[in-house]
Amino acid sequence: MATSKRASVVETAVLAPLDWIDERTGAVRGTKWFLFRNVPRDISWAQTLGSATLTAFIVQAVTGVILAMYYQPSTAIDPNTGKPVAYSSIEFITNDVTLGWLVRGMHRWGASVFVILLFLHMGRVFLFGSYRYPRELTWITGVLLLVTGMLMGFTGYLLPWDQTAYWATVVGINLNGTAPFLGPWLAEFLAGGPEIVSEALPKWYALHMLLIPGALIGLIVVHIYLVTRLGVTSPPWSSEMAGRERAASEPAAARTGLVRKSGGAS
Amino acid sequence: MQNPPGRDRTHVVDTNEGGAIESRAGSDLSDNGHDTTHLPGPSLWPIGFAIGIGCLLLGLVISLLVAAVGAIVAVVFGILWAREVTREVRGEVPEIEPETRSVADEPAAAPAPTAEEKPLPAYTRSKFLEASTIGLGAAIGAVVTVPVLGFAVLPPFTGVEEREVDLGPIENFPVGTYVIASYLSNPSQGEVSRRTAFVRNNGFTESGEPSFTILYSRCVHLGCPVQPNGPIDEQARKELEGGIELRPVLAQSFGCPCHGGLYDAEGNRQAGPPVRSMDRYSFSIKDGRLVLGELYAVGNVSGTGANAVITRYPWSVPGTHVDGPEAWLYPIVPSQVTG
Repeated sequence: MATSKRASVVETAVLAPLDWIDERTGAVRGTKWFLFRNVPRDISWAQTLGSATLTAFIVQAVTGVILAMYYQPSTAIDPNTGKPVAYSSIEFITNDVTLGWLVRGMHRWGASVFVILLFLHMGRVFLFGSYRYPRELTWITGVLLLVTGMLMGFTGYLLPWDQTAYWATVVGINLNGTAPFLGPWLAEFLAGGPEIVSEALPKWYALHMLLIPGALIGLIVVHIYLVTRLGVTSPPWSSEMAGRERAASEPAAARTGLVRKSGGAS
Repeated sequence: MQNPPGRDRTHVVDTNEGGAIESRAGSDLSDNGHDTTHLPGPSLWPIGFAIGIGCLLLGLVISLLVAAVGAIVAVVFGILWAREVTREVRGEVPEIEPETRSVADEPAAAPAPTAEEKPLPAYTRSKFLEASTIGLGAAIGAVVTVPVLGFAVLPPFTGVEEREVDLGPIENFPVGTYVIASYLSNPSQGEVSRRTAFVRNNGFTESGEPSFTILYSRCVHLGCPVQPNGPIDEQARKELEGGIELRPVLAQSFGCPCHGGLYDAEGNRQAGPPVRSMDRYSFSIKDGRLVLGELYAVGNVSGTGANAVITRYPWSVPGTHVDGPEAWLYPIVPSQVTG
């Protein structure tokens, strides 16, 4: 009787509320669709690099939000320290805020971890041939994720506003400036003028914490949706077939009714 | 009330057993008509009526003429609206043809073959609503987006004005020697705007005009600060008002610490990755004082000092070619537009 009693408790306390939620949102079915997937028998740790990259990004996002509570993107001179406010706030985070050194260190080193994992994950996908049909769009969104991830590193590097940050960013902006045709315009946009002005720092801060992360999160959602929808490939040495045969069905079948034809059919 | 013949504009809003809630007897009470609601036909006249009322109220504030026009509009549209509403009571029932539109993906539901390929109205109401929804949405989106995009993109390119910088009396610049002149190009921006120029007084040209070679310290490879290769005479250091600092230096070449670019005393590239000669300032002499003007890019310098021949181009970002075929990659640079 004990087990059945526990079962009924579970039923009323956990499962019934889940049923209530699922009936209204489909959340339980969605979670099962997302998590309870079949994967090939012979996958290995190599296929966990994508999740590792995602974890590194989540660490960056969380530590970044906490750092944003203390960082001040201003080039004005702090009257107390005689240094720019941005640099002084970095010093404050590192030296004075409790565990600030740890959170800043996680964000600083986690940035490198994130980029390294991006490349390892991309290398795994490339070497396993996982980019082939029907996963081409997963690869393309992954390439865009690589670009936005590098942009995160590029924009974040300026924020300490020390000599290294400043001159590395000058060089980086001018590198962009050498791109044909629109390069000089891009450089002038990034610098806020013919050369870096004090408004460049808050601008890069906004790019680093709002615009680029927004794009990054959107791309991650699309990327993971595609991975969930298309599944994981088996490795090249597997006896199971990697990839998939091209669907025999007519691709136009899905778009029936998308474009309505009005007027008399001729 | 009986439905008018030939049309069905009534809707059953409550099919729950005639709306009997309190008692079973309710179902007996609710017979024909009580559980149906009557909707008036769609009408555009209330819009004109509302505009007229709005004009009337506005006119009370602005001028009585506007109020009179508003009153007339309101009365006219009010009458039209009233006629529209009372049309059924008066017995006029216009014949309205139902809208038809074939759905392409349902060939089974195609009109019966008896229908003789009758051409449908070219512009149906649903198409109008579709187009106006998309069009209005695009218009609203553009109204919101364009100014915001302009605000995001334009400021770096507008109000760009190289202000002139007074570097003090020309006696501060001995003939034939470079002086490192550091100044704030925009004092309100603070140290971010600190710039460094290498100023050499060349004496006078053959025509008797004062000649200066004024190089900009920013490396034309990727913008690092170029350093003069020679000892700085710190004893002769001068500070002028406005954060200007002058330090004579014995230099016959300039080097960049970042990637090893090397320039000679005229700013021509001698080694390393720079793609053109060092940028120069135009200058003017006002009341015996040296005043820096705008920057310009230099393709090459032949000759030295007062006799130098300089190929001059509009200023551009470091790393961009100003001459040769590579310059075709940069047909228009911002300084040509912003001045």
